Order: sequence, then structure tokens, then C-alpha cells
Amino acid sequence: MPARFVNDFTVRVATVNGSGSQSSNLVLTNAIARLGIPVAPKNVFPSNIEGLPTWFDVRISALGYQCRARDFDVLVALNAATWAQDVTGVKPGGAVVHEESFPCKGDTLREDLVYYAVPFAALAKEHFADKGDLRKYLMNMIYVGALAQLLEIPMSTIEESLRAQFRSKAAAVELNMAAIRVGLEYAQEHFEKHDPWRVVPMSGKTDGLIFMEGNRAAALGCVMGGCTVAAWYPITPSSSLCEYFIQYCERYRVNRESGERNVAIVQAEDELAAAGIVFGAGWGGARAMTSTSGPGISLMAEYAGYGYFAEVPGVIFDVQRAGPSTGLPTRTMQGDVAFAYTLSHGDTKHIVLLPATVREAYEFAMEAFNLADRFQTPVFVLSDLDLGMNSWQTPALPYPDKPFDRGKVLAADDLASMKSWGRYRDVDKDGIPYRTLPGTKHPGAGFFTRGTGHDEEARYSEMPEVWQRNLDRLTRKHDTARTAVPAPVVEERKGPKIAILAYGTTHHAVVEARDFLKDAGIELNYMRVRALPLSPEVATFVQRHDRVYVVEQNRDGQLYGILRTELPTHLIGRLESIRHYNGVPIDAHAIIDPLLEEERAPAVVAE
Amino acid sequence: MTTNLVGLTREVYKGLPTTLCAGCGHNSITNHLIKALYEYGVEPHKLAKMSGIGCSSKTPAYFVEQAHGFNGLHGRMPSAATGAKLANRELLVLGISGDGDTASIGLGQYCHMIRRNLDCTYIVENNGCYGLTKGQFSATADVGSTQKGGKVNEYATIDICGLAIELGATFVARSFSGDGKQLVPLLQAAFSHRGTAILDVISPCVTFNDHAGSTKSYAYVKDHDVVLHTADYIAGGREITVEYEPGTVRDVELEDGSHVLLRKLTADYDPTDGIGALRTIHESRARGEFVTGLLFVDTKERDLCERERLTRTPLAQLDEEALRIGRDDWERLMSSP
Repeated sequence: MPARFVNDFTVRVATVNGSGSQSSNLVLTNAIARLGIPVAPKNVFPSNIEGLPTWFDVRISALGYQCRARDFDVLVALNAATWAQDVTGVKPGGAVVHEESFPCKGDTLREDLVYYAVPFAALAKEHFADKGDLRKYLMNMIYVGALAQLLEIPMSTIEESLRAQFRSKAAAVELNMAAIRVGLEYAQEHFEKHDPWRVVPMSGKTDGLIFMEGNRAAALGCVMGGCTVAAWYPITPSSSLCEYFIQYCERYRVNRESGERNVAIVQAEDELAAAGIVFGAGWGGARAMTSTSGPGISLMAEYAGYGYFAEVPGVIFDVQRAGPSTGLPTRTMQGDVAFAYTLSHGDTKHIVLLPATVREAYEFAMEAFNLADRFQTPVFVLSDLDLGMNSWQTPALPYPDKPFDRGKVLAADDLASMKSWGRYRDVDKDGIPYRTLPGTKHPGAGFFTRGTGHDEEARYSEMPEVWQRNLDRLTRKHDTARTAVPAPVVEERKGPKIAILAYGTTHHAVVEARDFLKDAGIELNYMRVRALPLSPEVATFVQRHDRVYVVEQNRDGQLYGILRTELPTHLIGRLESIRHYNGVPIDAHAIIDPLLEEERAPAVVAE
Repeated sequence: MTTNLVGLTREVYKGLPTTLCAGCGHNSITNHLIKALYEYGVEPHKLAKMSGIGCSSKTPAYFVEQAHGFNGLHGRMPSAATGAKLANRELLVLGISGDGDTASIGLGQYCHMIRRNLDCTYIVENNGCYGLTKGQFSATADVGSTQKGGKVNEYATIDICGLAIELGATFVARSFSGDGKQLVPLLQAAFSHRGTAILDVISPCVTFNDHAGSTKSYAYVKDHDVVLHTADYIAGGREITVEYEPGTVRDVELEDGSHVLLRKLTADYDPTDGIGALRTIHESRARGEFVTGLLFVDTKERDLCERERLTRTPLAQLDEEALRIGRDDWERLMSSP
């Protein structure tokens, strides 16, 4: 199967954090993309500024699979500390480009691999002795040249990629290009290609695609969704979301003449305050957001409960990382789904959006502000590190096609034409009351917002029936949201009686797993849930299948648990749980292997 | 019927009946607030009444019923007030807190509100104890003061005013719930000040902290209140008609053109000298006294909205046109994000 070796393999680059390898990794990634070949880069990095190991996987996939590949075929080894471990991980038949001084003996000398030694350090010293601190960056560029020669990436494409990356910085382009040529020439002189891996230009798969991280897309969604107040406390992996928001606001929200801004962004003292600013601003009528990760939403629990109960809009982005506790700050997980859904004490249930793609990170960010206003409640957008911080190939983001939905807000004119109104009356029987904003010039506009018990007129009340009536109305409101949030995406054919149900970035592994399993004779239908509360469609989908595998990236099967709580009892037995939780993004085999085992088990018993 | 500058009667500035104990200092403060807001001519729809949790934080329900109120979370009012002001900078943000709400659970937010110089009036109704949970010490209880049952506080007191000055607060005053003559003009000056105005108002708890051994009882406060100066508030554009002997008055002009006239009672006191203010606070505490008056004021520092260069239009009122990236810019952005 020679085709297997062309445009369908994974390159792992092992370097030291802080050595500037990111630039070279991106030049390589973009160059391959420029050949029309779909690529999916995954950065596996440490919680560290400098010195710890970091890996960058470039998955080259003619079929366009965007999930992480479990194994890699080509290793670029530049980190002595992980050399032995890195070599062990290469798939049989793989190729290894390594620093010449790394020892090849014992475990690191594998007969099933092809080795290409490059004296990276010596070459950098020889050619860039006068470049001081830049030398370590240039050493990384040398690998790009050597790899380009091995994989047959045209030098002109590498140069285009480099120019695009450094934009107008001509001197930087020249210097880096020189380093790339050093690698290229060394490889031309010293390598005889003994491995099968190479890239061949393609067409039709990547037209119009751009690279973007989910955090950047979400930041753009905040700009286009009309967010005017942002409050945040820096935390990996969500910091770049707010930083991109700041960057875009500097560009598009500042009046060029007066210097006045159409946005307020506060770096708060902690996540408690960030949430307070968001809900204070939401109460004041602004569209407000904060972005954080798991440890942050732990602190935000108190204002999330307030927002739910006092019915104040606010958007919280949770770019999930591996928990519990501080956990692994630079690794990914779908670990906050159950927590975010019911965040805060008492009976609390939130709207939670579950984007899977860069485009959804953008669209759900925009929609979160509409839903927060419409339902007067906190809305969580649960992204994760994989979506938020990795670059994904995505179609350009579409310009919004609808105006803001500010929900049920009564202006002074509305009040003038009404006999009376009550803040928490359920006039429309959808559980959603009407509100007024501070500043509304009408004697009847004001009301007292509180997290304590209150009646329909927003008066303090401890009456049992008033308390219960209010909680029941909040349930009604939550039920109204079921059909207002993004609906599940279903891929279903009549026939298959088993299915997969997943959400968020797990989607990308499901895509590959379904193809693989179909080839293996197991065809699966698929539902991708995109929000909580659950759409009524979920129950009917489960009803149509004998078994539904719920796949997610956490230890405890958090959505599986929610489904077991919320689905009709007779359907619960149809659910199976598949979980992946080692901190790196889920790969197809994390689904294929347990599913095959489960599906084939009865046959084994029958024998 | 008598009306104020904006044509409203004093009735409009009242709220629901209080549910606090009879004789609570907080009720007096509420009455002084009603007077101050009425005389100042605050339009109810422009007033945002913010509070946290505790006895003090219930009081926004007891004045200006027409205004919007936000009874938030314990110790977290400053952040909500920050959000509200950023959403609509036309609001007069009035925060009411207590000593537990400010100096214990809310100390972090209190500090950072001051650091940002959020334009608001922030009143601490300070009684040195937790009323709703039946009289435990708060962090403003003085060392050596006792609980009703006799338990002695051995932990250092947090001085709300001293801390505020240290943090760069731009308006710091201390007063007593029983001294409306001083408190009302200080409140009005605080409304006029552009920036965080801290008012630490000693407000005895009649139920849990009004006994011998308490340093926040009515009797103790009356005996140990050292009034630095009386104050008169003169709204902007009004002629100063009060006559004083030359050299007895300090005239502080506030950002909106209004004035607060401080008539010295004993030694001259310069409220623009922060170091002097800290010395006065420390020395009076060492004597077991507390000084009242406008302790410190700085009218030059920019407030949060100015530092953030916010547009004059309330952010809450901006539409798609003002907030979205234009189509042409968007196309360019998508070709090179």
C-alpha cells in the first residue's frame, strides 16, 4: 500500500520549551498546507516558561482527519532529555531525524527505523556564530530544511510559508531562510532517503481554508456578538481568548480621532471579581463576558448561582484543561461539563454550549450573548485546550447574518403604555420574565435585584409557595431553552442500530473512528450534542438505537451521567460510556478499541 | 408641596420600612442618605443602589424605592458595582457595605475597587460585629474590645480608612451614624467626587455591640468622637453665602465644580495630605479615639472610566453598527487573521 506513505502520516517534533521551536513548527505546517494537503497540528507543551520538553505533532491527512493521531511516523529529535522516550514512540518503519550527538545504541537503536543524523548544534555554531541568542531559534529552522528535503517539500513553498509568517520583516525572512538552506544542503549532501514518507501536492481539499485557534475565533465572536465589558484573570489555556479580544478591540473598537473606546476590559484581581464585573455589567445592560478555565469556574460558582437565580445575563468561556485541582494546566479535558451545568449550590441549571470546531467557537460565542440576554441567565461556552490553543484548518468565518437579540427588555415607552409590570412575572408562559435596565427613565422601572427569595414583583419573600413557584418557573425557563440552544447534529442512516453520541472536540476522533469501524463492518449512526439543556431530539435518537456509545474526554463520563439522569428510565440501559482522560486530545483508537471489544464480545461468548 | 432641584418630593427618596432592629445605627444612616439624595437632587432612575450581604446590605431597600437596586453577594459588591458603572457610566453608583462585608470576606474586592478608582460612593456601615449571625467579631473590632458575652478580641483591627489611603483612595471620610450634620454634606461631596469615595460610618449595633467593653457602642463613640471639622456642601454654580471667620475654613473644590467647606474645630487639618491623614488616624487610634471628617481627598486622579477612555455613550446602549467589525475589514481579516 504505497499510498499509505504519501500524505498520510504524522511528524513529531521534540524540542525544549522556550527554544523558539514554535516558529519553525508553523513554517513546516503552513508549507504542507500550501501544497493543498490537510494538516492538523497539535502542540503538546509543558506548564513551564523555559526548559521542559515540548512536542509538536503535525498530522498530515489526505482524508482531512483533524484529531490527534495516536502514533507518529517521523520524529524530529532535538531534545536530549526525551531522546530515548521519543525514539521508543516511533511507529515501526518510521524515520528519525536527530541531533547527531544523541547516542544511538541499545534501546535508541531500533532496527525498524531509519535514522538521519544532523549536527544541528554544530551547524548553527558554524553558520550563525555571530547571532547570539538567535542561534537556538535558527537551529530549529535548520530542521525545517532537512525535513523539507526528506519529505520532498519544495523550497519555494517553504519560502512562501516563511514570508507569510514573518509578513513584512524582510531581514527575519532572510535569516531564517538561510538557516533552512543550511538544513536542506546538509540533507542533500549527507542523506540517502531510505524511508517511504513524503508529501505530494493535492487539490480540492483545502481550498479557502485558513488556520485559526478556537480562542481567536471565540474572541472574534465576542467582538461580533457585541460584547462591551470583559473581565478576566489570566489562566492557561484561556488567556489568549481575552488577549485576542483585547487585540481586536484595540483595532476595531477605538475611535481613531478621539481615542474613545466602545469597550471596557478589566484584568480583575481574581475570578470571583471577574464574575462579579460580568454580572454587574449584565445587570447594567451591557453584554459582558469572562474567559477562564476549570480553577476559575470553581471561584465563579457563587456569582453563577446569583446570575441564575436573580436572572442576570453573562457569558462565561471555560477553556477546559485537565483537572481536578490545578491538574495539568497545559493539557486538555472535557472535565467541567457536569460542574458547569449545575455550577453553584442549591438547584441550579445553566445553559452550556459545546463547540467542536473553530467555526462553532466563533458562532457559539456570538450566540452565547443572544442566549444570555434572551434567557437572562449565565451562559457557559465550554471549549477546551485542544480547540482553544491549537491551530485548525477552517473555512473563513462568516459575517453575522442577524442582529443582536437583546431579549425581553422594557424601555420607558413600554412602561408608559403598561398598567403594571412585575420583574419575575411569567407573562408569556415560557418562564422568561421581562426586565428593565438601570437608567430607564420611568418611575416604575426600578426593582430590587437579589439573590434571596423573591416574588413575582421582586419583593423579598420567604413564603413556601412563592419560593417553589419561582423555582418551578426557572425550570420552565430552562425547558424553553432546550429548543433555543444549538440543536444536535445528527448523521443517521436507517439500518444501523448502534450509535455514537459525543460533543465538543471529541467529534474529530469520532469522524475517523466511524470510518475505520465502517471498514471493519460496524456502521454507526452519530449524534453530536452541541448544548445543554438537552434537546428533546436526544431521547428520540437514543430510542431509535439499541446501543448508544457516549464518548467523552473525562474519567467519570460526565455527559453520560447527565443523560442517565435526564433521559426516560427505559432508555438508560441503552447507553454505554467510552472515556479518554490522559490529558492529550482523544484519538480515534480511544474509541475504536473499546467499541470493538464491546461489540465483538458476544460473538466470542457464542463460540 | 416642596420639591428639590429635579422637581421631586422628599417622599420619592424614601423606601420600604426598615426590617432592622429599632435603634440600629444603620437606620439613622438611611435617613441621612434620604436627606442627602433629596437635597442633592439625584434622579432616581440614574441611581444604582449596590450592596453585598449583611444587615448593612439590606438598607438599599429602605431608600429611593424607584431606583434600581442590586443586593449581590457577600463581599462581592465592588465587582458588581464596577460592572454596572462600566455598562452605564451615567449611573450614580452608591454602594452600601458593612465591616464584615468589606474588611473580612470582601477585603480583596474593596482594595481593588480603590486601586481602580471606580467612580462610586462606598459606605461602610461599621459596627465591628456580625449582626445577622448573632454578634461575632468582625475585622474592624478594636483590640481589647469585648463581645456581649465577654469574649475579648485579640486580633489587630483593620482600619478601613487607613487602608484606603494607603491604597491610593481619592476620597476618604469617617463619620458617625448619629452625626447627620456632618454626614449629610460628606455624602453629597462623595456623590460629586469623581472616583471612589469611601465613607466609613461608625454605626452601633444595638443588639450585639452596644455594651460596656465595646468600642463601637453609642456611649463609647459619643465619648471618643474627635470631630476634625464640620462640613458644608455647596452645589456647583451656587454662590457660597455662608460666612466664616477668615482662616477658619478649608475650601475643597470637587470635580463637578461643587465645594465642600470644612470648618476647623481645633487644629487645622489638611485633607490633601495623605501622610498627615495616616498619622492622624494612627495617633487617634492609639488614644482610643476616632477622628471624623473628610480625612483625605484627591481630585486630580482619573477614575476607571477615564483611564479606560470609555466613550460617553453608555456601553449598554451601543448597537451592532458601533460594535461589529465592518464588512470590508472583516473580509481583510479573514484573508489574514
